[in-house]
Amino acid sequence: MFRRLPDPGALPVPGVPVSLDGVPVMARAGDSVAAVLLMAGRLACGKAPVSGAPRGPFCLMGACFDCVVTIDGAPKRQGCLVTVAPGMRIETGRKAR
Amino acid sequence: MSAAGPSQGANCSLPEGRREAPRVQPVSAAGSVGVVASGRPSFEVAVIGGGLVGAAIAFGLRSLGPKLAVLDEGDVAFRAARGNFGLIWVQGKGMGLPAYTTWTQRSAHEWPRLSAELLREAAIDVALAQPGGIHVCVTQDELARRTRALATLQAQPGFKRYDVDVLDRAALARRLRGVGPEIAGGTYCALDGHCNPLKLLRALHAAILRAGGSYRAGHGVARITPHRNGFTLETALGTLEAEKIVLAAGLGNAALAPMVGLEAPVRPNKGQVIALERVPRFLALPVDTIRQTDEGTVLIGDSQQDCGLDDALGLDIVGAMSARAIRVFPMLASARIVRAWAALRVMSADGFPIYEQSAAHPGAFVATCHSGVTLAAAHAYAFAPAVAAGALPESFKPYAARRFHVPTIA
Repeated sequence: MFRRLPDPGALPVPGVPVSLDGVPVMARAGDSVAAVLLMAGRLACGKAPVSGAPRGPFCLMGACFDCVVTIDGAPKRQGCLVTVAPGMRIETGRKAR
Repeated sequence: MSAAGPSQGANCSLPEGRREAPRVQPVSAAGSVGVVASGRPSFEVAVIGGGLVGAAIAFGLRSLGPKLAVLDEGDVAFRAARGNFGLIWVQGKGMGLPAYTTWTQRSAHEWPRLSAELLREAAIDVALAQPGGIHVCVTQDELARRTRALATLQAQPGFKRYDVDVLDRAALARRLRGVGPEIAGGTYCALDGHCNPLKLLRALHAAILRAGGSYRAGHGVARITPHRNGFTLETALGTLEAEKIVLAAGLGNAALAPMVGLEAPVRPNKGQVIALERVPRFLALPVDTIRQTDEGTVLIGDSQQDCGLDDALGLDIVGAMSARAIRVFPMLASARIVRAWAALRVMSADGFPIYEQSAAHPGAFVATCHSGVTLAAAHAYAFAPAVAAGALPESFKPYAARRFHVPTIA
């Protein structure tokens, strides 16, 4: 569903290894955690507390709080506001909220 | 509000049926409906202000279709309508003006109709719930003072009485799951409720547009000139004509009212709101300082400060509000704050609304209050028809601004 736009003029961007729910994923330097979720096809990373409807990255600017995940053990982080770092552990799911 | 504007953490996705095409008002062809000989757009009623007061009145006038205009400022405006708490509240109001409880109760009573019409016409559910509401008293002293104050309130001549249950700790704990151990009690009134005020504002605007009304953003009104056939309105984006005008510009009314022989001595009163993360439903009914939205967000509010046109957030107030909220519901201590904001209430000297038609320039009306959510239904179904009829009934008399003309004692 999501793919990166071609950027022919740019220098090669270093890959950043992270894990998503325990699975190794190669992100790129400068990616947000929300971008990692979307690139991995994880459109839902949690559930709405009242309705139980699936929720995932939406606004990508820190407003909707629908991309909250656990990052390196810290719960309730907004994925769109956190930039990946090598070895980062990203965990989704109801427990992550 | 700040230019960025608050959001409640309400979900941002658009359900089907919520998207409506923007309407464009025909203003070019001279001689067509809505254009006077001068070439200026012309309306039967222009509502100045697109906040909750203006939008509710315009909603009540929407049968005018293209003959109705709502003139709004831009995103830099002080927008009480986008910063408020969302209560539809009856209990405790009307000290010093018994008529105000009648007005408030009328609006609360008509709210289900407003909600149903907005759902039908704008396809937006404003999340109305009127399960009753609770005023929490932390200490026994607070509970005693609250009980006395409500008795004094209801004893006023002409006060339309309603039932208020005084709850001791045990009774309160039965109504509010998770209430803290040190909380003394509270008062419950079955007439209270809440809604999602952002959805309310959006739904009112959508329904006005759908009815053919003209919404004009960026049209802050700089000058109003009355003339024989109505009013000339000079705005930031051009000059318009209207046979009747309704001043519903919030704090802006203070400057606009004298241009048409009215007065609206209102001042800003700062309120701050904290939005916590969405959590599973635990609050079955709103508390006047804490409520849970339809989507699970917990809002903490009801601070009051007089500090002029300053809508900056104060961390001291946020801290005090949070501390009190945790005493009331200890489990909130582990919930994260996702947002906090300040907004300016539109406050008259006695706290009550101002509704009046100009004697010098009939056709010019003013409406201003600080309870735009609670009174939305009354504004739509009682004030708007009076504007359409060209006369405010006797029941609006107590709200004329002349009540502020108290001679100083020499």
